[in-house]
Amino acid sequence: MENNQVKERGMKILFLIAACASILAVVLICLFLFANGLPAIFEIGPGKFLLGTKWDPTNNVYGILPMIVGSLYVTAGAIIVGVPIGVLTAVFMAEFCPPKLYKIMKPAVELLAGIPSIVYGFFGLVALVPIIRNLFGGSGKGILTASILLGIMILPTIISISESALRAVPRSYYEGAVGLGATKERAVFFTMVPAAKSGIFAGIVLGIGRAIGETMAVIMVAGNTAVMPTSILSMVRTMTANIVLEMGYATDLHREALIATGVVLFIFILIINLCFALIKKKEA
Amino acid sequence: MDENKPKAPLAPSEDQAINKVTFSEKWADYKKHPFSMFLYILVILAAVITVAVLGYLLVFLLVKGIPNLKWSMFEWNYTRENVSMMPAIINTIIVTALCLLFAVPLGIGSAIYLVEYAKRGSKLVEVVRLTTETLSGIPSIIYGLFGFLMFAVSFKWGYSLLGGALTLAIMVLPVIMRTTEEALKSVPDSFREGSYGLGAGKLRTIFRIILPSAMPGILSGVILAVGRTVGETAALIYTAGTVAGVPSSIMGSGRTLAVHMYALLSEGLYTDQAYATGVVLIVLVVIINWISNRIAKKFGNKLG
Repeated sequence: MENNQVKERGMKILFLIAACASILAVVLICLFLFANGLPAIFEIGPGKFLLGTKWDPTNNVYGILPMIVGSLYVTAGAIIVGVPIGVLTAVFMAEFCPPKLYKIMKPAVELLAGIPSIVYGFFGLVALVPIIRNLFGGSGKGILTASILLGIMILPTIISISESALRAVPRSYYEGAVGLGATKERAVFFTMVPAAKSGIFAGIVLGIGRAIGETMAVIMVAGNTAVMPTSILSMVRTMTANIVLEMGYATDLHREALIATGVVLFIFILIINLCFALIKKKEA
Repeated sequence: MDENKPKAPLAPSEDQAINKVTFSEKWADYKKHPFSMFLYILVILAAVITVAVLGYLLVFLLVKGIPNLKWSMFEWNYTRENVSMMPAIINTIIVTALCLLFAVPLGIGSAIYLVEYAKRGSKLVEVVRLTTETLSGIPSIIYGLFGFLMFAVSFKWGYSLLGGALTLAIMVLPVIMRTTEEALKSVPDSFREGSYGLGAGKLRTIFRIILPSAMPGILSGVILAVGRTVGETAALIYTAGTVAGVPSSIMGSGRTLAVHMYALLSEGLYTDQAYATGVVLIVLVVIINWISNRIAKKFGNKLG
């Protein structure tokens, strides 16, 4: 009996330790990133680092504004492309889809979520870039191409979260609207969708997080020049791309500046996560 | 908003809407409600675009990729001539196995604590939930950066398969935790009560009753995690490195299949081989997704 109690106790503690692993992971990630990145920000000067428009490691000039702007533009573009299609597809799947078709749609969306980002990037490079090049001239790489590709990539996130939000709305809302004489479409768009608003919004926020953090796909199609973009077709470099492209050979302050880029990206992500948590809390 | 008229009396065909509606009736109905028709068309259009994009992506890569698959790409050793992906496949298997070795016990253990032990509304549970959500929102490049700083630099491991696997383990931890939690929660309480009633202790109940009945859900989560490790690139470039061979130990550097594809593309000489690697990756992901779905469905487990 004694032995059994020891075992029960011991395992409980082991499970507890396992539960703390995720806390430890977050603490370690914050610690390593901030400890390695913050000194560089202060050495360069926060103003110069965040608002400097010139990134020139060979001359020790580190301004990441072009990358911040690049990330924001590309993410905004992804939202413009991905959100309408994603939300409407979710409406289709939740309300209009015949059961037989649903059996194809659902795995299709799951597959879309499962395709590795490097494969998306390759697809963008060999399929999208030539199309954009033929339509608009130039190299074909740039904000527009990256936005379209990212818009596709955030579709599954938005679709699956919006769909479950729509399904969570009580059926009586729909029935009431139809009972009052609304057409099916009106019932769905003017009672179901507003009722699922916060869930749909949470899906969009998560999509934003995915878009801003995407690396391998963007690197293939964005063109990666570290200058301020001037048009929707200009090439941009995102913060994520900056890290991957130069980390391999960077040393000293250059390397620290790259880690600091990661810190800025991380802060963006934390803000987005916070928004997501707040929306979810409101919903509950 | 200018077609508010239909709010008034029910159109005759709407009376019959409970039963079968023929296409012409539907069409007549939509003609009376142009705005509804517009919304309907938008919805259909969006769904068509979503499926068409996936279809185009798959067909494009498979049609162009399959002719590029050659037997020489599956030779044991990588050389500049054969550009074999076999070492990358082996590395992928090693990294995935190592990653699961760490992530699965941690993820399941932590889910067990959250569902079976923690008290309702405990502070710890709230913190763990918050951190798991944070973890699942962090992009893979941040994990890569962290893994590089911790394993490669601080631990002085350099680029190593182990470092890559540990980085990925942290990354997939929330996936395994969340699915296991859901699976444990879906085990009815009567199972627990029955087990306690027969005199079993908590541990025995967990290992003999709860875990076996939650197994399908847990398994589909683990397979989902496998899918993520197989497709991961950004977190591995600066942790496991980009060496094209199989290292002699797990402390050596080696590239997985996804990193292999990136390396081929960034060298710019091997587009054909990249097509072939892309095909292999897509086929792998499709198989993994399918297995995960099958397991989840077969056991009637309603998991996302």
